[in-house]
Amino acid sequence: MSDSSEPLTPREPDPRDGLEAVADGPADPARRAFMRTAAAGAAVAALASCNIEMEDFLRKHFKQLTPDELKAVLARLERKNLERFGKKTTIKATPAMEGVEFGYGLDLSRCIGCRRCVYACVKENNQSRERPQIHWIRVLQMDKEHGVDLANSEIYYDPETVPQPGKFYFPVQCQQCRNPPCVKTCPTGATWKEKDGIVVVDYDWCIGCRCCMSACPYGARHFNWALPNVPADELNPDQHYLGNRPRPKGVVEKCTFCIQRVREGRYTACVEVCPVGARKFGNLLDPESEIRKVMETKRVFIFKEELATHPQFYYFYAT
Amino acid sequence: MSICSPVLARVAVLVVALTTWTAHAESHSSLDPKPKAPEPALVQAKAPPFSDGIFPCMTCHATMEKNGTRRELAFHDEQQSIFSHDAEHRWCLDCHDLNNRDVLRLASGAPVPFTESYRLCGQCHGDKFRDWRQGVHGKRIGQWNGEKTYFLCVNCHNPHSPGFRGVQTVMVDGKPTVAPTQTRIKPEPRPVRPEEMRK
Repeated sequence: MSDSSEPLTPREPDPRDGLEAVADGPADPARRAFMRTAAAGAAVAALASCNIEMEDFLRKHFKQLTPDELKAVLARLERKNLERFGKKTTIKATPAMEGVEFGYGLDLSRCIGCRRCVYACVKENNQSRERPQIHWIRVLQMDKEHGVDLANSEIYYDPETVPQPGKFYFPVQCQQCRNPPCVKTCPTGATWKEKDGIVVVDYDWCIGCRCCMSACPYGARHFNWALPNVPADELNPDQHYLGNRPRPKGVVEKCTFCIQRVREGRYTACVEVCPVGARKFGNLLDPESEIRKVMETKRVFIFKEELATHPQFYYFYAT
Repeated sequence: MSICSPVLARVAVLVVALTTWTAHAESHSSLDPKPKAPEPALVQAKAPPFSDGIFPCMTCHATMEKNGTRRELAFHDEQQSIFSHDAEHRWCLDCHDLNNRDVLRLASGAPVPFTESYRLCGQCHGDKFRDWRQGVHGKRIGQWNGEKTYFLCVNCHNPHSPGFRGVQTVMVDGKPTVAPTQTRIKPEPRPVRPEEMRK
């Protein structure tokens, strides 16, 4: 009885204590080792059949990656890009700036519904061009008579010229909610809100359950029903891990305020292309920023305020 | 006293040191006011091009007789035909300078170069001018936290017919900039309907 000869010392609680009790026999190290090997073998077989690499399967969540691990992940993704598109790309993971909270303003009295923003966004953010066609921005045509009313809106409008008399245009994209319902529903933690306010998706963590899509009241999330169809010569090589890097099949994507641009200090693609200057972007914490001037001097509202999503996307009327 | 004196001496030294330091700090701060955050650099976009062969105006106007009476012009039909900028009350010489046609003039009579035409526009459109200077009216491109390019009133509004219709990209001195058009913009293709995607 060697056990009884040892002094009785309180030991650290083991989280597996409860499990030991329900195990069907005494813990046998040899059996455990066998089970481990068998499980690993099965995992390898499964991975081989789905074309997933071991490193990707075993890696940690994005937020828990050490700088070295992150570097390795980014290098692996760049290599995959090269294999998939035959084009050299740079994938960054630039973190949020200190003291920055992004805000977006859209001037409904200026928007003419030309959809330049829609296609500039597609190009900048490497969205699937067709089958499936994915647009992060959707422009709704509404009647001036009815005001902002989704029941009287049309996204497939197609006139020769815009704006049409009696109509106004209401672009909708991710509202970067402060209380995002999509983040709440995600079962895997694949989507979260960053410090600068951007709600991001980790395409490697998304299992494609689309709970977030049903939770989003703005229809801002889009699903890759097939492998995104992006021509290699149109691929934007300046990429961010949480933004415009090419997506695999079966994941959800959304507007990220052009995270690859704004975290380098640049304006978003939609702001730069808008021919009427209806789109405003800046730091809500900087009293001199354009977005703060908008909020302090114009009539501002948020979309579907009654849902308490608290968007960081503001609609306003400059006139 | 013999016990206190070293302590007192130390206190005195400390007081002197503190006074000097404070005085130094004060003099330093009065010389060097707290540096302000640098203003983000603003770069002016190229103004849209003049009509072909029209500038400099003085090529023709230098030798012409100066007539400041409001009238129909026999020349400059390209401007006259579209003129709709409070046409009932305004005419050429409200904005163009009678003596030097290569500049504009404010209501005060002060000359303004064409590159600063916004000062002229801002005389009447003060609310837009204020918004434009803050980046609320009009468009800026570049950095949200750094150098940005701003566009002039005349990049989007034809000064002779200022109601916004559309804009196009034009090259001025080898640089792309924006110029107003008289026609409205054609929208980009509508999104594909789900049923069309399934085909």
